[in-house]
Amino acid sequence: MQLIAFYILSTVVLLSAFLVIAARNPVHSVLWLISAFFASSGLLVLIGAEFLAMLLVVVYVGAVAVLFLFVVMMLDVDFVELKQGFLNYLPAGALIALALLAEIGVVAAATAAREASGFDPSPGADTNAEALSRVLYTDNLMLFQLAGLILLVAMMGAIVLTLRKRPGVRRQNISEQTNRRREDAVQLKDVRPGQGI
Amino acid sequence: MDSIQSQVADYLPIAIFLVIAAALSVGFILASAVFAPSNPDPEKLSAYECGFNAFDDARMKFDVRFYLVAILFIIFDLEVAFLFPWIFEVAAGNQAAFWSMMAFLGVLTVGFVYEWRRGALEWE
Amino acid sequence: MTLISDLQIAAPEILLSGFALVALLVGAFAGDGSSRFLRAFSTVVLALASLLAFRQVALPPEAAFGGLYQTSEFTSFAKGVVYAIGAGALFMSGGAVRRDGMERYEFPLLMIFASFGAGVMLSAGDLMSLYMGVECLSLSSYVLAAFLRDDLRSSEAGLKYFVLGALASGLLLYGASLVYGFAGSTRFDQIADAPYSIGLVFGLVLMICGLAFKASAAPFHIWTPDVYEGGPSPVVAFFATAPKIAAVVVFANVLFSAFGVMEDQWALIVAVLAAASMLIGAFGALNQNNIKRLLAYSSIGNVGFALIGVAAGETFGTSSILVYMTIYVVATLGLFGGVLAMRRDGKNVELISDLNGLSRMKPALAIALTALVFSVAGIPPLAGFFGKLMVFRAGLQADLLWLVIVGVISSVVSLGYYLRIIWAIWGKEPAAALDPVDFGVGVTVVASTVITFPVLVIWIGGLINATSFAAAG
Repeated sequence: MQLIAFYILSTVVLLSAFLVIAARNPVHSVLWLISAFFASSGLLVLIGAEFLAMLLVVVYVGAVAVLFLFVVMMLDVDFVELKQGFLNYLPAGALIALALLAEIGVVAAATAAREASGFDPSPGADTNAEALSRVLYTDNLMLFQLAGLILLVAMMGAIVLTLRKRPGVRRQNISEQTNRRREDAVQLKDVRPGQGI
Repeated sequence: MDSIQSQVADYLPIAIFLVIAAALSVGFILASAVFAPSNPDPEKLSAYECGFNAFDDARMKFDVRFYLVAILFIIFDLEVAFLFPWIFEVAAGNQAAFWSMMAFLGVLTVGFVYEWRRGALEWE
Repeated sequence: MTLISDLQIAAPEILLSGFALVALLVGAFAGDGSSRFLRAFSTVVLALASLLAFRQVALPPEAAFGGLYQTSEFTSFAKGVVYAIGAGALFMSGGAVRRDGMERYEFPLLMIFASFGAGVMLSAGDLMSLYMGVECLSLSSYVLAAFLRDDLRSSEAGLKYFVLGALASGLLLYGASLVYGFAGSTRFDQIADAPYSIGLVFGLVLMICGLAFKASAAPFHIWTPDVYEGGPSPVVAFFATAPKIAAVVVFANVLFSAFGVMEDQWALIVAVLAAASMLIGAFGALNQNNIKRLLAYSSIGNVGFALIGVAAGETFGTSSILVYMTIYVVATLGLFGGVLAMRRDGKNVELISDLNGLSRMKPALAIALTALVFSVAGIPPLAGFFGKLMVFRAGLQADLLWLVIVGVISSVVSLGYYLRIIWAIWGKEPAAALDPVDFGVGVTVVASTVITFPVLVIWIGGLINATSFAAAG
């Protein structure tokens, strides 16, 4: 049962990953990417890492994929033309893929020699999230705080690189509007006929 | 994780939910396919722009500001992700974990103040 | 309370991160007007952090945060150099930052965060903190490379750096997870005790690829010339110095402390990387006309020389890596000071031909640059010569004669392009006059020259003694 689910999910992951690079329309690529994320989160559920599965959906599907869509939308490139070169790179890409596959094969063969490790996704706790919380905030305090600093750097980077002040933007200032008095806004002029101001 | 049976049982509500969602959506599609009047014509599917043929793709460039908002969203999304497991330690009364999270939130609050003062949260 | 002692052990990094947070708030409330003040303050704080790091060298090695943070003389010395050089790069950036429209308070803070990341990865005792340090350094570096966002070349540099850097981070992470899977731990000392397995070797190789990218060793160097050419000059002056020594020393530290027992597995890989870097650095630079591109190839070649020390192994190499990289980054900082001084009619110029006749326009700068170029080329009696001597000696001690021969050949070849610079400075007719040199740049170039010759030459024995702790311990 678990094995069948594993094979179904991993087939979906591999198929979606292939379609990410094969799809002609980049928006479709992103959608296939989402499908790959979903299936991988299913794989995480399968090994009992529910919390990580949830994070994968929340962060990658909920946020990163949306960001990718923005990026795809921001580029004004004729993607059909871009994809024409795909077949030219296929032999080189296939070669690299084969090399990586062979590596995985060797590693898998090496692993098969070791006995099953008795993997426990949530050591000493009921749930995955609880097991994580045991170590994340105290034992790995330094990594946790470093993560905060890295997020801060990311924030600075995003603002440094993309934030622009547009000159000449008129924006609403409610207190100024309500404090405006008749004297500030209206000027009375005594205009003589035939002379103008 | 004693047996696969119990693991499946844990996910039973989600499974039921998925089945209902799938059944409903398939049902609606089937219903409209069966009952709705259908009279296909290629002209109905062609793009219509005030009598012209379409000039261009419907996609257009997005303003980079969408991207900035999205990336700031991701950063705080990740921050929230760190908050989830934290509740277990707080519930267990772990002081160190509590203050550790406060320091983490402090760093990100500095970031928040910074982006507010920089005007990154204003749309103009 | 262990937290307090942990914080004391990590004092340089605590100082930097604490300062960066406060400075960010100051900047947020005071606006870009505070940029100049924050830059000066950041320079001072980096110099202080450098002192703290050098103080760590004298202390016995300590672990903090449950082994995630690990000081050792080898890495603390490198950290001291990183922070000092970072302070130097920030000190001389002032004029260029002002004129090129980079006067925003994020600039010094990103430099601080980059140095902080370099410090964390140097003091990492665990694969996870290593990765966090690498990411903090890389993320700040990508932003710094693209800091002139309206300049096409700067944004291109940032984008290339980011895409390739993300790939390298992926390789590093993939390798680290394989190592974790097969060694059963992410701690360096526990990885060292893990039984040998093929999976561990694969993880090691992937990690070497990722780290070689960060150190810009061939064949993972392709980003270097483009990033150096396109990035803003004050930023490139930083890239070529502080993170460079950090990356090489981290490279050595990971291999020595986590994979020391597998030395025969990685020694050949590192030797090949070293040979490829030296040759590509030497031949790639020969027909470059842009001085920043030329210095990029020169830095690839110099990383190759330092990697001879890594390939020689912990017993012979440790001291030579530190001596070589320290001398190299000090001289390089001065050379980039020269690049910053190359301005004509208020615009940056960066062709070698723009240095024509410098000896008649600015004799002092010409003499300084000549000494620095000769030092990087390894001509006696300048400090760079002793650095090369050290790595070659380490190579010979480790029976890497072929590698030393490749090193000598590439030294001779690279002399060709170093001499082109010298010839432009002394032999050519002057072109139009260059703008006056900034105070900060002048001071940094003079300091770097004086350290290269004569301070480090006289004190070379002291430097070698100060860095040969591994052989003693």
